Amino acid sequence: MIFARVAGTVVSTKKNDSIIGTKYLLTRTCDQNGKPKNDYIVALDLVGAGTGEVVIIAQGSSSRQTELTYQKPIDAVIAGIVDLVEEKGKIVFRKQADEHF
Amino acid sequence: MILGRVIGTVVSTRKEPKIEGIKFLLLEKINPETMKGKGDYLVAMDSVGAGLDEIVFYVAGSSARMTATTEGRPADATITAIVDEIDISGKLVYQKDRI
Repeated sequence: MIFARVAGTVVSTKKNDSIIGTKYLLTRTCDQNGKPKNDYIVALDLVGAGTGEVVIIAQGSSSRQTELTYQKPIDAVIAGIVDLVEEKGKIVFRKQADEHF
Repeated sequence: MILGRVIGTVVSTRKEPKIEGIKFLLLEKINPETMKGKGDYLVAMDSVGAGLDEIVFYVAGSSARMTATTEGRPADATITAIVDEIDISGKLVYQKDRI
């Protein structure tokens, strides 16, 4: 799984994924501290993530292992919203403190 | 899924019989911040009727075979959506037929 930060949304009416009622979010990959990297991924939002939040993304066929995406043409889902990351005993990311956007 | 712009088509007459009758489109990956191409190209199978210059996103790997058009075929990149709008932090960076 990788870290990414929700950057915005991607709207599409003409699509062929037979998925209704969820949003495609534009995410920018980031490191465990929330520092942005230079890669954008469109991911299906399963958890109601908001712009600016750091999330966990599952990719590839594993992204089809959920109720909503089973057997669907999806290769990236937002699996969780990150509250806290601890590295070697030190907190390197905390959701409340991070809300600077 | 990855964002791309349709910049052309790819025609192949001598090919694996299993990919008969499927349209190949030439995509260039784009950076949504600038909406400019990243100089990174691929051939994707079209399952939504995407046209030249349209912004799309495609699904890769085994998931590319999860559409009626590409089921059971050697497809590892399938366009599954034509994008109408992209916004970053609430600001519209792309709108089909407008910006």
